Amino acid sequence: MSQRVLLDPTGELAPTTRARAARPASLDGKVVGLLDIAKARGNVFLDRVEEQLAGRGLTVKRFAKPTFTKPAPIDLRHEIATQCDVVIEALAD
Amino acid sequence: MLPVPDGLVAVVKRDCPTCNLVAPVLAELARDDEKVTVVSQDDPSFPDGMTVVDDRDLDVSFALDLDTVPTLLRVENGDEIGRVVGWSRDTWQEFTGRDALGDGLPEHRPGCASRTQDPAIAEAHAVAQITPRLRSRTVTLGSDEDDAEACFARGWTDGLPVVPPTPERVARMLIGTTRAPEDVVAVVPPDLVECTVEKVAANAVMAGCRPEYLPIVLATVEAACTDEFNMHGLLATTWFAGPVVVVNGPAARAVGMNSGVNAMGQGNRANASIGRALQLVVRNVGGGRPGEIDRATLGQPGKYTFCFAEDEAGSPWEPLHVERGFGRDTSTVTLFAGEGPRGIIDQLSREPESLARSFAWCLRTTTHPKIAIAFDAMLVVSPEHARVFREAGWTKARLHEELNALLQLDGKDMVRGAGGIAEGLPEVLADATLPKFRDGGLLIVHAGGGAGLFSAIIGGWASGAGGSQAVTREVGT
Repeated sequence: MSQRVLLDPTGELAPTTRARAARPASLDGKVVGLLDIAKARGNVFLDRVEEQLAGRGLTVKRFAKPTFTKPAPIDLRHEIATQCDVVIEALAD
Repeated sequence: MLPVPDGLVAVVKRDCPTCNLVAPVLAELARDDEKVTVVSQDDPSFPDGMTVVDDRDLDVSFALDLDTVPTLLRVENGDEIGRVVGWSRDTWQEFTGRDALGDGLPEHRPGCASRTQDPAIAEAHAVAQITPRLRSRTVTLGSDEDDAEACFARGWTDGLPVVPPTPERVARMLIGTTRAPEDVVAVVPPDLVECTVEKVAANAVMAGCRPEYLPIVLATVEAACTDEFNMHGLLATTWFAGPVVVVNGPAARAVGMNSGVNAMGQGNRANASIGRALQLVVRNVGGGRPGEIDRATLGQPGKYTFCFAEDEAGSPWEPLHVERGFGRDTSTVTLFAGEGPRGIIDQLSREPESLARSFAWCLRTTTHPKIAIAFDAMLVVSPEHARVFREAGWTKARLHEELNALLQLDGKDMVRGAGGIAEGLPEVLADATLPKFRDGGLLIVHAGGGAGLFSAIIGGWASGAGGSQAVTREVGT
């Protein structure tokens, strides 16, 4: 029987595995980013989270995606990554 | 640089009566110190007594791009500077600068088809040319492995069997386009992978396409991967919608697409496989799989394939692509982020005002009667309903205007709690008048069988720049 060969119809990606950033033992002294993905009422949830975190004396920065239907723009991702230690994203619906 | 020497070049085959007729003329030219190269397509001993180039593999003939034998060419410095086909004494004499060529022969005889024109030979030659250019990783199947099962096992299918993408099939598919296999068609979400013509062809093979569908598939992939169409978001949404492909222009007819009876249903190979090929590209190249990035709560069967042609010939209106700025003779695909179709019955309206009201009532229910602006829709008007508008002289623009007027909704009926229904718009809009659709958010096309006073609504998805906008792309070659 002759060898049967198919062509790979996929993107042939070989994803690299990256380790997650280490989880901080405590939020003390950390900058927390809050990302609103622009879903309805996500802001209500994040307002409350901000209130709680600020009450604990943490620095909180707010960010928002232009629309929930598209991936966050690269600049926004970069901004969050460079300015924050941790990020909380509100996936509300 | 042609693969023949300078001078006269004659391409012939024994199986051609006209070639047999001119064989003495070729000998005559060769005797006159003319440099004559004879290329024989089917028999290296023909013409008798002459030294010929054996071109049974047709490499020379394909390089010369022949339609007919005999063909007499003049080559200078490796380039063709002229050719004549068939036999015509006057033409041959003028071309060769001789007098009294072919004494005793008739004045003219048409030639025969070059062997390169035999469809099976042309296809085999093209496959042989394309195959070495394929760059996809090869997957060797186990000797006991069933090839259809192998495609399931590797996660390449949408749940239905696919045609296994062998190198021969992919190469044959690529005959359908003039584009190079390595050309990048689009960057496909969600993995943002550069997708080549070859990868589209492999998925088109799996979907069941014929090579002549490939340019349409390429255009759908291009359209789907634009920022405006937002395939990533459409894939990721929990909503029902998927890409709906409407094909316009001569290409739809040329490949035998269905715009008539059961246009949106099963049974037509082009409709079924073009829409499916797009979904397989998104799945396999883009990495968009249900349960992973595709988070649809329920989905819908149109996510296997949803593609149809507009019935342009029977329409009272300009077709969708003309309305969207393309020429009537241009072929296009328009991609719309849509749910499955739902029917509208109106068997009694004979006046356009009445029928437009029926349409408007039904259109209001898309997503929810109390939700407005956020979602687009496509209205597919059937021939029997279109007749009502045709007879009344309503243009498509008039129907758009009337529907827009009928779909200005009173905010007090739309707000949260109105009608005893919690769902609805924010209460601040209670005093506003709200259009059901944003400006340009309703598309109208004409399709369907000749019997049935039914039309269809294809509900959309999050509309506009923050969601998906319909995208029209020209079908190339």
